[in-house]
Amino acid sequence: MDKSFRLFPEAASTAAPAVDRLYFFLLAVSSFFTLLICVAILYFAVKYRRSASFARSADYGSPWKLEVTWSLIPLALTMVMFFWGAVLYFRSHRAPPESAKVSVVGKQWMWKIQHAGGKQEINALHLPVGRPVQLTMISEDVIHSFYVPAFRLKQDVLPGSYTTLWFEPTKVGRFHLFCAEYCGTSHSDMIGEVVVMDPADYSEWLQGGPTESPVEAGRRLFEQFRCGNCHAAPVRPRCPPLDGLYGSQVALSGGEMVTADEAYLRESILNPQAKVVAGYQSVMPSYEGQIDEAGLFELIAYVKSLAPPEQSSDKKQSAPQ
Amino acid sequence: MNNVQLPKRHYLNADYNVWSWLLSTDHKRIGILYMISLTLFFFVGGAAAVLFRLELMTPGGDLVLSETYNKLFTLHGVIMVWFFLIPSVPTVLGNFFLPMMIGARDLAFPRLNLASWYLFVGGGLFTVWAMLTGGVDTGWTFYTPYSSTYANTRVMLTAIGVFVSGFSTILTGMNFIVTIHTMRAPGMTWFRLPLFVWAHYANSLIMVLATPVLAVTLLLIGMERVLGVGVFDPNLGGDPLLFQHLFWFYSHPAVYLMILPGMGVVSEVITCFARKGIFGYTFIAFSSLAIAVLGFLVWGHHMFVSGQSVLASLTFSFLSMLIAVPSAVKVFNWTATLHKGSISLDTPMLYALGFIGLFTMGGLTGLFLATLAVDQHVHDTYFVVAHFHYIMVGGMVMGYLAGIHFWWPKMTGRLYPEWWGRFSAVLIFFGFNLTFFPQYLLGYLGMPRRYHVYPDEFQVLNVMSTAGASILGVGYLIPLVYLIWSLRYGKIAGPNPWQATGLEWQTPSPPPTFNFDETPSVTERPYQYSPWTPQTAPPPEPELAAAETTSP
Repeated sequence: MDKSFRLFPEAASTAAPAVDRLYFFLLAVSSFFTLLICVAILYFAVKYRRSASFARSADYGSPWKLEVTWSLIPLALTMVMFFWGAVLYFRSHRAPPESAKVSVVGKQWMWKIQHAGGKQEINALHLPVGRPVQLTMISEDVIHSFYVPAFRLKQDVLPGSYTTLWFEPTKVGRFHLFCAEYCGTSHSDMIGEVVVMDPADYSEWLQGGPTESPVEAGRRLFEQFRCGNCHAAPVRPRCPPLDGLYGSQVALSGGEMVTADEAYLRESILNPQAKVVAGYQSVMPSYEGQIDEAGLFELIAYVKSLAPPEQSSDKKQSAPQ
Repeated sequence: MNNVQLPKRHYLNADYNVWSWLLSTDHKRIGILYMISLTLFFFVGGAAAVLFRLELMTPGGDLVLSETYNKLFTLHGVIMVWFFLIPSVPTVLGNFFLPMMIGARDLAFPRLNLASWYLFVGGGLFTVWAMLTGGVDTGWTFYTPYSSTYANTRVMLTAIGVFVSGFSTILTGMNFIVTIHTMRAPGMTWFRLPLFVWAHYANSLIMVLATPVLAVTLLLIGMERVLGVGVFDPNLGGDPLLFQHLFWFYSHPAVYLMILPGMGVVSEVITCFARKGIFGYTFIAFSSLAIAVLGFLVWGHHMFVSGQSVLASLTFSFLSMLIAVPSAVKVFNWTATLHKGSISLDTPMLYALGFIGLFTMGGLTGLFLATLAVDQHVHDTYFVVAHFHYIMVGGMVMGYLAGIHFWWPKMTGRLYPEWWGRFSAVLIFFGFNLTFFPQYLLGYLGMPRRYHVYPDEFQVLNVMSTAGASILGVGYLIPLVYLIWSLRYGKIAGPNPWQATGLEWQTPSPPPTFNFDETPSVTERPYQYSPWTPQTAPPPEPELAAAETTSP
């Protein structure tokens, strides 16, 4: 992290230069109008000061053409801002499919991060440069917000539902990670750093330390909570089978269809009555309060890894939005 | 001017005992009561700001604990928003001058007006007591589930105080609407109303329609916190984003409560000190209504990174862009009003011109926040803090001070010292910019708001901001001193020291208890300054029969 005084932040993601360009456009428009108004006020205040002598006109009405003109020009400019901002916003909500997946749990007052391979870290996120990453985030308590100024991106982290954020670092270095949503006493200590590394350094970093992959950890939880007793019973399972479930369309008892994404899997574990699969009784108890958010990530990772029947390879997964 | 005298009988000397004030139904006395209470709240809220600005001089948390810091910015926000900014112009200047400007003897419901003041002061003192003795650390936004299940501070007591004072706002708004509809003097048609009255009409609509939503929201927090009914906390089956929708459905219109009345003041002051009719009267009047209506449709721009749907964000960004247009129309028309005027830079005019410049900057930086991709970066940073202080302090507080100085001679019968007035107006302008301009830079650099400790590289800009805040603090104390001084030693003003055209100036200063000795009959549209034509002919001044008049 560059600790020296500066007036403009580092740009270290693919999104950052694009946001900066838009920012400079806004800055140019705003500066023009601020100067226009301030110069006009000062000029009039001096030129038409009470002691000045000039032919003062009587009152005149406001010509409607002028009023329409100075309504339409701001309207046109704001529409440019709207579309430009919207295009970039769309881009920030569409993660490239090849993005590396990282899960993030926010809690008062720390960030717990787990990489797809199982490597865990706290208040730090190590990433390789030049590779898109998608974070799936959830909070264990209040609302937090994952903010990396050098990437020009933030996303609130909510309790009870997943939000995602993707970015592609373009610069090797250490960057601030802030919690941007006020979350209580030590809000300003809920900070960390994003460490962007050369791919080689990153692979080396990834090797260090003992790791258990989230799928493995999820399998342990699956066995610990005896999920298989119903979901994987060899004959007449009482609950819907989970093989190949992730990403598929599920018919519910109410008649509607849902996509089995992470949010659906999480809800079905914590609140199984909410969406009951067609053809099944709602016999599953809630696991609310028995598995923490990190555990849920692992359990879901395990369910996601279950191959569809009659197919040996893992199903290609599309990122849920 | 030596021969000008105060009228023998006026609303201030009609009666002297305490109850004649505390039980008064005279809108002017109630306006004064509001002014005193608001001034107290303003300096309580300001003291909190001084403390946390001092804390922020250094990156570490070395002056107060994090708990205290969080309570300080919450105190500052709650007091300033609900107990100063929203009531400032409406309850002081609106209360005092709205009836006078339309030629009425009082508001439509004088006793309700008094009840509103009691609700306001009751709620306000209760809130201040709760926050000073125990404190609350949720921020003025009370975001759930932090406020409903996690905070261990006096959330409920504070919410009750705000809840109670909300009724004061609703009743005041209703009182104004009924007054404007039913109490206009003969000849005071809708398009002869001063723009101050139009601004208050639009403002009162927001007060009546938006404030109940705040009441409902606070009630729901109470139900979740006390009774455990799951509304916002996902652990109880609630939805935390629902709170943000409800809160901003109130609070975004409330942002316009904190600027529209100030805009009304500016229209009065600019015309008077430029000796010019307002440029584009109907455009300014209807832009107030457009702001009031559109203001209800943009709340989601506070939630672009909250997890709301992309479609919702697009819609709210688009609508937020539209609301820039009526604001721009106002600024252009005010500036055009100066063209070929006869401008004198008295204190109210300095504040009004400061308002236009700072509001322009605050409004334009609002566009940055309405632009989706830029908001993803600057949301919840100091950029937002700077933006809304340019609107609320640079705009509304400047507008309030413009109005206080403009109408002070009418309210008290005496002039404030002009040199000190101009000096403090200029001081406040520079102090303000030094305080808040660095915060735009801090925001784009990425410093999040509500941070007790921060990384070292942000220190220089924070020191500048704190230095500005101390200048600003001194700037606010000076008027407090000289205005009080002027009550006894100020020059006698006479009925119309600014040669203004509104009805409120066509009666003695201070006005008699029933405002006008006889109901004025309005013959002119407002703001006819060249040649000078008041909205009604000035009445003969029976009380001043012996003294010579001070005609121009």
